[in-house]
Formats: sequence, structure tokens, C-alpha cells
Amino acid sequence: MTALTGEALAGLGAQGDFELVVGHGQAPLYEGENPGSSATPSRRGSAIRTRALQSRWTLLGGPLLLLLAWQLAVTVGHAPATQLPAPSAVIKALRELIANGQLGTALVISARRVVLGVLLGVVAGSLLALASGLTTLGERLIDPVVHMFRTMPVLALLPILVVWFGTGEEAKVVLIGWAVTFPIYINLFAGIKGVDPKLLEAGRVLGLGRLGQIRQVILPGAMPQFLTGLRMALGVSWLVLVAAEEINASSGLGYLISNASSLEQTDVIFAVLLVYSLLGVLSDLIVRTVERWALAWRSSYVNR
Amino acid sequence: MAIELREPLVEAAPRTARAARSRGEVVVRVRGYGRAFAGRTVLAGVDVDLHQGELVALLGASGSGKSTLLRALSGQDAGADGHVSVPRERAVAFQDHRLLPWKRVWRNVLVGLPRGAQKRDALRALEEVGIAARADAWPGTLSGGEAQRVALARAFIREPRLLLLDEPFGALDALTRLRMHELLRQLCARHRPATLLVTHDVDEAVSLADRILVVRDGHISLDHRTTGDEREGAEALVLRTRLLEELGVYAPEALNNT
Repeated sequence: MTALTGEALAGLGAQGDFELVVGHGQAPLYEGENPGSSATPSRRGSAIRTRALQSRWTLLGGPLLLLLAWQLAVTVGHAPATQLPAPSAVIKALRELIANGQLGTALVISARRVVLGVLLGVVAGSLLALASGLTTLGERLIDPVVHMFRTMPVLALLPILVVWFGTGEEAKVVLIGWAVTFPIYINLFAGIKGVDPKLLEAGRVLGLGRLGQIRQVILPGAMPQFLTGLRMALGVSWLVLVAAEEINASSGLGYLISNASSLEQTDVIFAVLLVYSLLGVLSDLIVRTVERWALAWRSSYVNR
Repeated sequence: MAIELREPLVEAAPRTARAARSRGEVVVRVRGYGRAFAGRTVLAGVDVDLHQGELVALLGASGSGKSTLLRALSGQDAGADGHVSVPRERAVAFQDHRLLPWKRVWRNVLVGLPRGAQKRDALRALEEVGIAARADAWPGTLSGGEAQRVALARAFIREPRLLLLDEPFGALDALTRLRMHELLRQLCARHRPATLLVTHDVDEAVSLADRILVVRDGHISLDHRTTGDEREGAEALVLRTRLLEELGVYAPEALNNT
């Protein structure tokens, strides 16, 4: 949960500086993956393993303590079930949602919105960043406009999108796409601009043409930051989805929550929140897997 | 500045057997080359020819313009005066290896080559510099010496007529540097490019080069053809002292004090 909202807020709340969040959460990703370690591999390895173990314990300990405090608040502190249902009640509600198919249906609908919205935003953000990052004219035309729109609160667009697209799927998909465009654009643009000029010079003297430079030097060089942008984009996408569904929808996870809220089914609210956090973890996992594959060359850079 | 890409000039002078052995055809011709940055003149009126098969060391203090000249020969500098004619087949190795970190070693060797270039070509080039075993490694896992070997393989696979080396051994430890000197000597003897080695290391210049140029005060102040005897021993020391003087290391005051 924390991972999701933290990241989503970093992206959305945002409206400020995506750049500042760049590289967020990447350090642990490459830790302990250094097969090419040059200096005293065994000692380094064990030190890293110890650290990993420690951090894993803290990772497990936090949620466990939270769960304990929660259970205590209910059983010892007699928190009313309408405000804070017991963990067991939440699990029960979750099972019911699964059994009666409500969760599955909502999940499919919401996931579809997110996937389409993210696709739309990634394509739009990437195209804009390529045009802006690779050509001077593009930068002059596009960059100021993007930064102008970026400062607009995303959710404020919902009313106008409803006017344009109605209350159907399009408005939600476009809203998610809009929100996703910015972290993708800003990170890919910065990645393209940040490619080492020495490598560009080397590429030139090795005989790479403009297209070869883009394909073999600029895009691979910008890839790490693009993936950072993608991770932020996924966080933002769930946040926007929920907001859009809670304000204006008759289906999906957000609708499930707002419906439960009006019926005072606190256990259902908690159950859906739990699903959200799992989705956040899942989307993070997907990006990490992509990173591991696309940035395999970088794991070897730990010791440099 | 006019950079002319063409077949190298053939020396007009008749080639005696001795001349053919010691100096090959002219590969690079520089006439009246000059370069200023923001009004400050770095180089002016530089005339120099480089011949096939010779290993020329270009010595100079920091900021003397030696790297500027190298950049001009690599075709990377458009804002200069004078006439520079260089062959199209040229290769550059830098102080930092500048391998693309996202390409495995063998793919780095092939960067920029025509489509037909195969892995086995890269392997042959890597074999020649003694590092074929690391062909599938990521550049990030190589040591400094290994990375420079790959950079040399990447340069020599292009069969350059002109090889430009910009302090390629500057960042290596002393032992590795000596090994790399030996390797470079072998590679140059086999492929016989005209080689311009930019360095600030006088000993490197003395032990490696057939010819030593010193850049000082914006022009080439010394053009010395090294004899075999000058590579080591007493004569090498004499040459070394002369070069250091030329580079202004021994200022008159410093000499008076000793």
C-alpha cells in the first residue's frame, strides 16, 4: 500500500517535479546482483547478503507489527466494526467479493481502463519526448507546452472529458492516458538529453549515422530513465483510475468502494483497499522484471 | 576548414629502397591549420604530414592543443582554419574506452561497421588483442586494461589508414600500461596505419614512437625522428631531457637553482 500511494503521490502530487523523484527506489534493485564484482568477491558478497537479510526482516516486520496493532485495536481497544473491522472480517469480505464475482468483474473492468490508459499515455508521452528530445524545433514547440499542461491538476480535467466523451470508458481511459503522458515524457526527455556526449562522439567517429546513433546510443542510454518514468506512470494510473471511478462510474474497483462507503460496509472498503495495494505491488513487479531484462548490462555497474 | 576525404597522396619524391622502408606514403597532410576558442588562439599555422606505418607521438602540456589537433584529424571539429586532408578509413581510441555499456563486448567491436560484419570477425579482432574470452561480457565488468584492449580491437577491425589515439593508456596502472605499449607496437607493425598517439607521458613517447612531435605555444616546436638506439638506455635519457626542456619543464630559473 505504502509503495503504491507513496509512488502515486510522488507522481501526481507532483505536478511539481518529476525530475526530483528520478531514480526513486532503484538502489535496492541492483544490490547483490554483481557477478562481475572485482574486489574480494566473497567478502563483498557476504556483506551484501547480510544487508539484504536485514532489510528483508525489516520489510517483513513492519507489516506484521501493523497487523498486530490493528488486531489489538479491535479486540482490546474495542474499535467499532463500522470504523475499523478486524483483519479477519476484511478477509471474509474479500472472500465474499471473490465468491460472488463482484471483485473479478470490477477488476477486469478497472484493469482494462488502466491498461488502455497506460498504453495511450506511454505512446503519447514517448512520441512527444522523441520529437522534443531529438530535434531542436520539436523541443522549442513541444517542451514549453507540455510543462504548461503538466501544472494543471489532472482530476480537474474530468468534467470537460465527460462533456467531450460522455460517461463511458473513453473519458476514463483518456484521463489516465493524460496523467501517464507526463512522467513518461519528462523522464524519457531527460534520458535522451542526458546521454553521455562522449558516447555520442565515439558513435560518430565509429561511423554511426543519425539513425544509428538514435538506435544504438541515444535510446539505450535513455532506457533506464524511461523505465523510471514507466514505474511512476503506473503509480499515477491507479491513482487516477480510482479517483475517476469514485467520482463517476457504475463499475470498477472505485465504484465498489464508493458503493460500500454509502452502505457503510467498512470491511468491503478495506478489502478493496487491500486489492489496490496488491495491484500496486504487481505493477511494480512488472516494471522491475522489465528493468531486469532491459537493463541487464547495468547490474554489472554496481562496483564502478 | 577543409577536411578532404580521399585516397591519400602519394609522395612525389622518388622512393628509394630506404625511404620506402622508413617512411610510407603520406596519409595525412595538414597545412596552415589553426584553431581558436572564444578568441583565444590554441593552434596556428600547423603544417605536418603523417606517413603510412609510422607511429607518431604528439607531446604537449595540458591545454597545448594536442587533443584539438587530434579532434581535427578525426573530423570532429568544423570550426578551424587551414587545410586538413585525411583518409576516410580512420579509427579513434580515447582515454576513456567509450564502449557502449549496453552492448556486449563483441557487439561493441562491430559498432558502425557495415551490416555484413559478423561475430566471427569481432572474435578475430578480439583474439588479436588477447581478449576473445570476454567477447560475451558486458563492458561494465571489464577492468581498465581489458576495456582498452577492446577499444583497440574496435579500432583495428576497421583496418584504419589513420589511427588516432587520445591518451589511451593515461588511466591505466604502470604495469598494464607497459603491456599495452607492447600490444600497440605489435598491432601497428602488423597493420601499419599512420598512428598519431597524443600523450603527455614523455617516457611513453620515447619508448613507443618512431617520431615525436612537441606542441608548444600554438605550433609544432619540435619534430624529432627517433632512432632505435634512443628508445632505451643512455640515449633515451638524453632524448627525454631534451623533450622535457622543450615542454618547458626545466625553466631557466629551475636550472640555475640546481
